[in-house]
Amino acid sequence: MTKKKEKDGEPSETTDVLSDKPESQDTDLSNTLTKDELRKFYEEKGIDLSPDVPIHPKPIPEFEKSLSDKITSKFGSKVNVDYVRPNRIRVSTKREDILDVAYFIRDELRYDHAESVAGVDYPDSKEIEIVYHLGCYTDEQNGSQILALATRVPREDIPSPGKDKSRTPSLRDVFYSVEFHERECFEMFGVYFEGHPDNRRLLLPEDWADIPPFRKDFKIKGR
Amino acid sequence: MTTQLPPGIELEKVDDRIMTLNVGPQHPGSGHMRLIIKIDGDYIVSCDPDPGYVHRGEEKMAEYRNYIQNIPHLERPVIHDSSNILYPYCLAVEELLDIEVPERAKYVRVIASELNRCIYTLYWLAIYGIFLGHSTMFMWPAGDRELFIDLLEAMSGARVTHAYLVPGGVRNDLPANFEERCLRQVNYLEKRLKEYEDIFYQNPLLKARTEDTGILSGTDAIRLGTTGSVLRASGVDFDIRKKEPYDVYENLDFETVVMKEGDSYARSRVPYLEMFESCRIIKDALRKMPKSGSVRTKLKPNPKGGNDEVYRRVESGRGSLGYYIVSNNRPEPYRVKISVGSFRNLICMPYLLKGEKLGNMPAVYWSLNYWPVEADR
Repeated sequence: MTKKKEKDGEPSETTDVLSDKPESQDTDLSNTLTKDELRKFYEEKGIDLSPDVPIHPKPIPEFEKSLSDKITSKFGSKVNVDYVRPNRIRVSTKREDILDVAYFIRDELRYDHAESVAGVDYPDSKEIEIVYHLGCYTDEQNGSQILALATRVPREDIPSPGKDKSRTPSLRDVFYSVEFHERECFEMFGVYFEGHPDNRRLLLPEDWADIPPFRKDFKIKGR
Repeated sequence: MTTQLPPGIELEKVDDRIMTLNVGPQHPGSGHMRLIIKIDGDYIVSCDPDPGYVHRGEEKMAEYRNYIQNIPHLERPVIHDSSNILYPYCLAVEELLDIEVPERAKYVRVIASELNRCIYTLYWLAIYGIFLGHSTMFMWPAGDRELFIDLLEAMSGARVTHAYLVPGGVRNDLPANFEERCLRQVNYLEKRLKEYEDIFYQNPLLKARTEDTGILSGTDAIRLGTTGSVLRASGVDFDIRKKEPYDVYENLDFETVVMKEGDSYARSRVPYLEMFESCRIIKDALRKMPKSGSVRTKLKPNPKGGNDEVYRRVESGRGSLGYYIVSNNRPEPYRVKISVGSFRNLICMPYLLKGEKLGNMPAVYWSLNYWPVEADR
């Protein structure tokens, strides 16, 4: 505020920094605003408290619907179509059926490579979800499509990667391109991929002795 | 066959012929990563890539910050291409929060991302040149790159890590006289690119080192799930800007560059030819852009993402770059997964280097357009 004067060495008139502080030292909790008062205050100030995501139904795209119908007509109740959106389909299945579904997706629907393999940790339901995002290079029509194939594996509170129940069949024989993605998933979530030829560490250091770091119970220091 | 050998003398075993060689991680031409190579004489028997020396846990960090705080640190994996690594993040967050982007902002984004693609490609070309012993090719692109960096600096205020793209548009509008300045520098680059052709791509030494080394057939490129210039150099016509156009790419006039050879020469040439297309896109976008209007939709403070998930991808300098964001009604994302081109192309390395001469290793390695920091995230 009055830095110039201070630099010159003259005592300034408004050096009292504390003067900005509110005078009231009231700590009585009964003065809390009621809901109606708050709402009135928000309306006056123009603060919008409506939900962030307006829910308006979007039309289901036809081509994507036809693809997901092929999967459901083949596997019935074994698969669950989570959503069908423009260029995106998500299908979830049990880990026992994932190989069959993956072969069908490759051979009949002509998806030919994996874009990413993501793990998502759900400690509340004691599960880890593995999501394969599959894409297509060879088919002209399918080029813009991404099919998310998801499965859930049980999660152990005290993980011992490779030795506990967190395991699922590897899709490496179906989609060769998942090889490094699954290795990353194994070290970051401790999910063992059965049938993967090379379940070694990839990104983490060899002497990493903590739990798999992308699990929710691994906390970053200071956060 | 058990012949008695005199004491002290042993037959050479097969393992004795094989020597293990650590290439990296102290960047002698490998980037910040290590290749564990086994060689028999001059020939590579096997190659085991060992990335992770620059793993920073960007995905984990993103779970602790809200959608806006995530912007600056998510561009760190590849600071030379920071517009393109933020682009899919912005698209994904816009889809999650249902944000509409102003028309002018879409064009400004395209211009920023194409300028950045050129900056990245020129940097990569400079490194490719120096590792093949062509020091002119190091100096020229490194110098010409500055012109585009100046343009992005004028747009955003920062030289390299500009965090220019934000969910809802871009951070600020273009400066005055930008169009004129941009056209001048793009025209200059086009002139220079033609000179690169003569000094680098027609150089018999480069051709001798890169032609017919590390051949990747189209079928294998698809099977290995490669992306970007590696895929297009093997004859597969796949560019996300064409196949799944985002923002205004469908209105713009450009071609995809596809080559059939699949060798290191083709892989080094595809990004170079794409720079001509980038220049065309920039000029076309400048022509078609609305001359005035808003460039940023104002967001609510601390927006929440609903109970949803989204996967969006763009074409970056190194191929497809996708963000998978899971949200759970909180201001912070529940999980962010970044699928990057470098990590996807890594699987080619053991495949291509097997049976290759050790001397061809740099030519093959750098032709993969691999950026170790991005691959590790």
